[in-house]
Amino acid sequence: MRQIVAWFVLITLVAFLITSALLLHPFGYPPSAMDDYMIARSQAETASNNVVAAVVFDYRGLDTLGEATVLFTAVTGVLLLFRSLKKREKKT
Amino acid sequence: MLSKIVRTISDQLILFILIYGLYIIIHGHVTPGGGFQGGAVIASGVVMMIVAFGSGEIKKSLRERHLSVVESSGALIFIGMAFAGMGTLFFYNFLVGTPVFGGIPPTGPNPGDVWTGGVIPLMNFGVGLKVSAGLSAVILAMALFSRGEETEE
Repeated sequence: MRQIVAWFVLITLVAFLITSALLLHPFGYPPSAMDDYMIARSQAETASNNVVAAVVFDYRGLDTLGEATVLFTAVTGVLLLFRSLKKREKKT
Repeated sequence: MLSKIVRTISDQLILFILIYGLYIIIHGHVTPGGGFQGGAVIASGVVMMIVAFGSGEIKKSLRERHLSVVESSGALIFIGMAFAGMGTLFFYNFLVGTPVFGGIPPTGPNPGDVWTGGVIPLMNFGVGLKVSAGLSAVILAMALFSRGEETEE
C-alpha cells in the first residue's frame, strides 16, 4: 500500500515538473520596468554608485531588516544553546 | 595552539585582514561589497586567530558579552537609521543632499566618492558591526564549547 502511494506521488510530481518545465516562459519574457527604473534613477535618488547597495539598503530596506533579524536570532539561539548545555553538564 | 611559525604569520596577517574588511564595509556604496561581506571577512580573521592561538588565549581579550553588546548596537544603528527617515517614510534616505554623506554622483560611470550615499554607508557600518560581532561570537562560543571550557557567564 505504501509503495503504491509512493509511486503515485512520484509519478504525479515528475509529470508536474516536466509539464511546468515545458510551459516555462522564455528568458526574461514578462518584461519588468523595475530594473530599468533602478539603473536610470538610483544614482540620482539614493546618491550611491553601487546600485546593488541602493536596492538592498534603500529600495528594499525591509528585506534587509528581515535578514538582520534572522542573523540576530541565529546568534542569540547559538549563544543560548551552548550556555544552557554547559550548565546542564555541570549539574549532572 | 599551533606552531610558532603559524602564530607569527597570523599575527602579522590579522592587521591586513581587518583593514580589508573595514575597507569593504566603508566602501560598500561605491564598490561591490557591503556590511554583510565585510563583516564576514572580519569574522574570518577572528577564526584565523582562534585556529592559530586557541580559543583559550583569544577568550582573554575577546569576551562574548562584549561581542553581544557590539552586535546589538549595530542592529540599533540600522533600525535607528530606518526610523530616522520616518518623517516621510520608513527607510527613507533622508541624508541625500545634506552635507553629511549627501553628495550626489552624476548619473552614469564616474570615479566614485566615499562622501555620497546618504543613509546607506551608515547602515552598512551598522550591519558590518552586527555581522562581524555576531559571527565572531558564534564561532568563539562553539570553539570554547568544543574544548569543554567555561564560557563567560
